[in-house]
Amino acid sequence: MSIEARKPPRQIALKIRRVLGGKTGWNGIAVQFAFAAVLGWIAYEIVSNARANLENQHIAAGFGFLANNAGFDVNQTLISYTGSDTFLRVFLVGLLNTLVVSVVGIVFATVIGFIVALCRLSPNWLLARIGEIYVEIIRNLPVLFQILFWYLAVLAALPNPRQSISLLGIAFVSNRGLVIPRPIGESGFEAFLAVLAFGIVGSVALRIHARRALFQRGQVIRIWPYVLGLLFGLPLVTMLVAGLPFSFELPQLKGFNFAGGSRIIPEFVALTLALSTYTAAFIAEIVRAGILSVHSGQMEAGSSLGLSRGTTLRLVVVPQAMRVIVPPLTNQYLNLTKNSSLAVAIGYPDLVSVFAGTSLSQTGQAIEIIAMTMGVYLLISLITSAVMSVYGWRISRSLGA
Amino acid sequence: MSDITSSSFVRQDLLDERPAPVKTTGFVGLVRTRLFNSPTNILLTIVGALLLWFTIIPSVKFLMVDAVWTGKDRTACLAENAGFAVGACWPYIQAKLPQLIYGFYPEAERWRVDLTLVLSVVLLVPLLIPRLPSKALNAGLFFFAFPVVAFFLLHGGGIKGFGLSWTADLLQLFDDSIIGAGKALLDLGKASSAAPLLWVVGNVIVLVGTAIYWLIFPLTWLRDQLQGTGQSVWTDFTITAAVVSVIAFVLGGGLRTGGRALTSSIVTFVAIAIVIKLMGLDHGGLPIVQTNLWGGLLVTLVVSVTGIVTSLPIGIALALGRRSTIPLIRIFSIAFIEFWRGVPLITVLFFATYMLPLFLPGNFTVDGLVRALIGISLFTGAYQAENVRGGLAAIPRGQGEAAAALGLSWWKTTSLIVLPQALRHVIPNLVNSFISLFKDTSLVSIVALFDLLGSLRASFSDPKWSSPSTAFTGFAFAGIIYFIFCFGMSRYSLFVEHRLNAHRRN
Repeated sequence: MSIEARKPPRQIALKIRRVLGGKTGWNGIAVQFAFAAVLGWIAYEIVSNARANLENQHIAAGFGFLANNAGFDVNQTLISYTGSDTFLRVFLVGLLNTLVVSVVGIVFATVIGFIVALCRLSPNWLLARIGEIYVEIIRNLPVLFQILFWYLAVLAALPNPRQSISLLGIAFVSNRGLVIPRPIGESGFEAFLAVLAFGIVGSVALRIHARRALFQRGQVIRIWPYVLGLLFGLPLVTMLVAGLPFSFELPQLKGFNFAGGSRIIPEFVALTLALSTYTAAFIAEIVRAGILSVHSGQMEAGSSLGLSRGTTLRLVVVPQAMRVIVPPLTNQYLNLTKNSSLAVAIGYPDLVSVFAGTSLSQTGQAIEIIAMTMGVYLLISLITSAVMSVYGWRISRSLGA
Repeated sequence: MSDITSSSFVRQDLLDERPAPVKTTGFVGLVRTRLFNSPTNILLTIVGALLLWFTIIPSVKFLMVDAVWTGKDRTACLAENAGFAVGACWPYIQAKLPQLIYGFYPEAERWRVDLTLVLSVVLLVPLLIPRLPSKALNAGLFFFAFPVVAFFLLHGGGIKGFGLSWTADLLQLFDDSIIGAGKALLDLGKASSAAPLLWVVGNVIVLVGTAIYWLIFPLTWLRDQLQGTGQSVWTDFTITAAVVSVIAFVLGGGLRTGGRALTSSIVTFVAIAIVIKLMGLDHGGLPIVQTNLWGGLLVTLVVSVTGIVTSLPIGIALALGRRSTIPLIRIFSIAFIEFWRGVPLITVLFFATYMLPLFLPGNFTVDGLVRALIGISLFTGAYQAENVRGGLAAIPRGQGEAAAALGLSWWKTTSLIVLPQALRHVIPNLVNSFISLFKDTSLVSIVALFDLLGSLRASFSDPKWSSPSTAFTGFAFAGIIYFIFCFGMSRYSLFVEHRLNAHRRN
């Protein structure tokens, strides 16, 4: 008869203690009760004070004001909007404007940032110094300073529309903004769009097929001529068959301003310029650090395998650098989106400017409006960090495998 | 010997000297190897030189060569009067300099600002030089004593009581709120379906409040007696000093080891007494200068120094909370940090300006500058928490375990073993946060405070000085100031980083 090992005691009380109070046990639970009491007291104070203050100011709490007429105009709208629309519509207009300036800013910031990073890594001494000077100057000046500089100094110094600077006779820069030709859809537009969509889908499918062939059978398929044909050749043929997809309406100087074309307001130009150059300085440092973080042995190993320099860079160095670059890069994109709220300083109609600014001063619904505005930014950053943690999880999985 | 020299394969005369190898050091070498070593590089060098030519030359021309240096008003800076294309308009900066530095601070009182600035430099510079001794005392003076002195210097005003009165006021406020909450619950209970429950809870809270009232009654009674006498500040001060010193003596170990704590407590109170006497705080202090008169660089520095001083304790507390094993505290810290890090600073400032007054009692108005300071402190505190957390994570577990093995409590382990090492690790990150805080102070100009950038913007609208180059001159001046501060801080952070990593260099 063998002696069985005794089971360990159940220790239910201990486990509960651990879950409720952490390592400190009952002390921790007591601390939590005290903490909860303090939080509850603060919350009670806030609610009761807010209620009393709102009553004194005759403001009705709640989101009912969103259905009221806004009654003011916005000078850049992506969706149709007039003064008689509701505050909810104002919220949407502002949100879209924020997103537009962020996306455009992100694109430019990435391009400029990579160029500056390449300059700083360049073997050319002069170019490396220029990149360094750019980064040091831009990073050490406040972003609001730069926005105001572009808006109040540079753009204000531009000539008026009558003496505007012409770019090849199709676009005009003046202190009223940038005027560019506006595309107008023609008869062949639908066919063009359909063919373009088909081309993109076909190219992606081709690439997937080629990769599968490479990884499963070791067969190299050259796809770039087909992709070129699908993306450019096919739409060109359609254009010849079905006619031009769209024509351009050129801006004309009439009186004191331009008629026709689309106008990009100076606030947008100043904000995009400042945000993209500012963020580009940070992106340049991130990219540089990422590329320098790849050990030089990787490059040597690649060439000892017989890969060319370009192939080594593309297949060995850049993927490893990207792993270091992407998380802080996303952080910078998020920063740019948050910094776009500085639009309020120059009157670009973004979310903070039209909603937390004009709407707030018209309705006085401070709590609801600021909570909504903060909520939007919080949501954007929470989604981004969720995506980033999925990315980090995938990276760590691929490294572990 | 002779047959070797006569051999046909031995050279008869010396070879010519070979040319020296191509120089790869010095300026010539730099030009050869890094600028003109290949066609692409030559092209890039030319592009770079052109870029510099079109940026540096016009800037220098604008700031120096074409600049106007003297003048009374805008006419001096107009091209038709000067006779050439005018660059920077420096008389405009000269005229606006007081506004850019002090704002509308009364001219007779500006020595107070200067004195504060001198004090801060005197305290800060020794703190930044690693070789100088007594860092703890220095840091204590800068982070605790200086803000209080600076407040009374810049804002003015005196005090009516001291520790005892303040404690009594605070406790009474707290007690009133508890009794108010209980009464509100009782009122709610009259109309609600859950009446008995609310009635019980409400009465319990009111009972607790009344108990606290009688508990603190001696304190409030003493305060009322003190306020009646003429010398309220000094009596209150003596009582507070005596009580705190006795407590310090007992907690410090009584007769055995308490002498040290007692001495430092007495020295501190004597110092406080000297400050009170010097600044005349007991009878009104300096004339009050309302914060809406403050402006320019003064506001920028006040906001950034206050942000730096207040955000660090908030950050440390949040970082420790986030690493705590107690669930509620950890969850609260995470939510707090992520919330403030997820929103832009400008919405935080809007929150502080428009929402905060609604959350406070109606008779309690908060100054506009203080509101912005609260917002900035919370915002920066959340960022500092993440920096500090990085430092805490870098400390090996063995440090905490060794401290526990020596019998130190959690508080002692944290404050004596873990935190000092963690903070030293993250000094460069903390300084980087301070740089971004300094840059972010410019945002207060959006909520109607006139910091350096706000004053600059306000000065643009002065018709007396409006000329085509006014805006560029103003931005050049403000830009140089911002750059000096930020660049100085970033160099300092590099220096500290270099020092900290000295053991890793080879």
